[in-house]
Amino acid sequence: MAPQTRTVSTRTAGALHRRPRLRLALLLAAPLLWLAVLYLGSLTVLFVSAFWTTNSFTSEVVKVWSTDNFRELFTTPVYRQVILRSVGVALAVTVLCAVIAFPVAFWTARVARPRWRPLLVVAILTPLWASYLVKVYAWRLILSEGGLADWMLRPFGLSGPGYGLTAAVLTLTYLWLPYMILPVHTALEQLPANLFDASADLGARAGRTFRSVVLPMVLPSVAAGSVFTFSLSLGDYITVQIVGGKTQLIGNLVYSNIELNLPMAAALGTVPVVVIVLYLLAVRRTGALSSL
Amino acid sequence: MQLSRPARIALRVAAGLGFAVIYVPLVLVLVNSLNPDRSASWPPPGLTPHWWSVAWENSGARAALWTSVKAGLGATATALVLGTLIAFAVARHRFFGRNALSFVVVLPIALPGIVTGIALNSAFSTVLEPLGVGLGLFTVVVGHATFCIVIVFNNVVARLRRTSGSYEEAAMDLGANTFRAFVDITFPLVRSALLAGALLAFALSFDEIVVTTFTAGPGVQTLPLWIFDNMTRPQQAPVVNVVAAVLVLLSVIPIYVAQRLSADTPTGGRV
Repeated sequence: MAPQTRTVSTRTAGALHRRPRLRLALLLAAPLLWLAVLYLGSLTVLFVSAFWTTNSFTSEVVKVWSTDNFRELFTTPVYRQVILRSVGVALAVTVLCAVIAFPVAFWTARVARPRWRPLLVVAILTPLWASYLVKVYAWRLILSEGGLADWMLRPFGLSGPGYGLTAAVLTLTYLWLPYMILPVHTALEQLPANLFDASADLGARAGRTFRSVVLPMVLPSVAAGSVFTFSLSLGDYITVQIVGGKTQLIGNLVYSNIELNLPMAAALGTVPVVVIVLYLLAVRRTGALSSL
Repeated sequence: MQLSRPARIALRVAAGLGFAVIYVPLVLVLVNSLNPDRSASWPPPGLTPHWWSVAWENSGARAALWTSVKAGLGATATALVLGTLIAFAVARHRFFGRNALSFVVVLPIALPGIVTGIALNSAFSTVLEPLGVGLGLFTVVVGHATFCIVIVFNNVVARLRRTSGSYEEAAMDLGANTFRAFVDITFPLVRSALLAGALLAFALSFDEIVVTTFTAGPGVQTLPLWIFDNMTRPQQAPVVNVVAAVLVLLSVIPIYVAQRLSADTPTGGRV
C-alpha cells in the first residue's frame, strides 16, 4: 500500500471512529433509500390510490378522493362472500396444519430416539426448499382425473375431490405445514422433562398431563406457526388458480381487477393486509411473536 | 412423559402418516417425470427416460432457467449489501426508529406478494417509464431484492447479537483502525451467516412467482413463470414434469449446504 493511500484510509477510519453518527448515517443511507422511499413509498401510493376511482369508459384512473371503492367492497354481496370465504380458508388451513403438525412434532421431539432427531428436523425442513410451484403442481397431478387420489379412493367406492375449494385447502395445508411443525417441534423439545415427572407424581395420567401441562406451554408456538399458515394462505392466489377450479379468493379478485380498475384492486388488496394485521395483534397477546 | 404402549404406537402411526403426506407428492413428481403418457393418471402405464432428453433440448425452459439464475444472483447481491448494512446499524447502534426499521424490513415478506407486486408495478410504471426504462430483468431484481433483504438481515443480525463488540474493541486497542478491524475480526465472524443468508435469499428469489409476475417485463420469463405458463398446456405436460422433478432434486443441495453452514440456526433461517 502506498503511503499516500494509507494515510487517506487511516484518516477516514479515524474520522469514522470518532463520529458514530456519521458511521450510522453511512450504514443506513442506502437501505433507507431502498426500503423507505422505494418500498414504503410505492405501498403508500397504492393505498392512497384505493381512494381514487376509474373512468368506466377509458379505464383511466381518476385522481379524485372518494370512498366509493370501500363502500362497494362492503355492500357488494360477491365481495363480502369472497372475503369471508378467504378468511374461512385461511382458518381451515391453520387448523388442519395444527392438527397434523402436533402428532408429527410430538413424535420427532419427544418419542423418536434422540439420535434420529436432527435428521428428522431435516426431513421436515426439506420440503420447504422444494419449489412452491412444484408442490402445487404435485397436488394438481394427485387430484387430476384418474390421478393418485382417485386411485387410492377407488377401493372404497369414492373418488378424489377434483379441483375446487377442497383441493385449494388441501394444497395450501400441504404448502405451509412445515411452518407449523417446526415451532411446535422446538417448543416440545424445550419442555423440561421434570415437568412430566412432577405431573405424574401428582397423579396425572398421560392425557391429563397433555391437557394441563403440554398444551398450555406449546400453544404460543402453535400461534407463532399460525401466523405463517394464516397470512400465507390469505394472500395466495396462484394455488387457487392452479387447483381451485372456479373458486375465487381475495387474491384472485385483486388480480382480476388490476388491468381494468387499479383503484378497486388496491382497495381489495387492503383487505388481506388489514386482516393479517388484526390477526398479528391478536396473536401478540399470546406472547407468541417473541418466539418467532 | 410416560406414554402407554398403545399411545406410543398411535403416535408413531400418526407421525408416519404425516411424513407420508409430506413426501408422497414429491416422490410422485419424480415418478411422473418418467411417465410416457401425457396424462397424469395413476399408475403410469410405464416408465421411460425419453422426456428427460426432450426437456434437455427445450429452449424455453433453458432460457427461463438462465433468467432465474441471473435474477437470483442480482437480487442476492443487492440483498447481501443492504441486509448487512441494516444488520450492523441495528445491532451495533442505538437510534430513533430502530424498532420501526426492523419492522419495515420484515414487511415485504409479511404482506401478501400480490400487494407488494402491484405496489412495485405501479411505482415502476409511473417513475421508470417516463425515463424510458420499461419493466424487465432489472425490475425483477429490484422486486426480489426487496423481500430478500430480510433474510440476510435476520441471519447477520442474529450472528452479531451473539458476538459482542468486544472483539473489535480489542483489535482497535491493539492498533487496528475501523477498516482493519472489520476485515480481520468482524467479517470472519459473520462470514458463515452471510453465506447462509445468501443461499436462502437466492433460493427465495429462484422460487418466487407472485412479485415476479408484476415486475417482469414482456419477454422476461423466470423458471416459475415458465412452469406456470406451461402447466395447463397438455402438449407441454411431459417437459413440465421433468422440470418439476429437476427442481425437487435440486432442493437437496441447499439443505445439505445449510446444514453444513449454520449448525446454530436449526431451521436454517428459513422460518
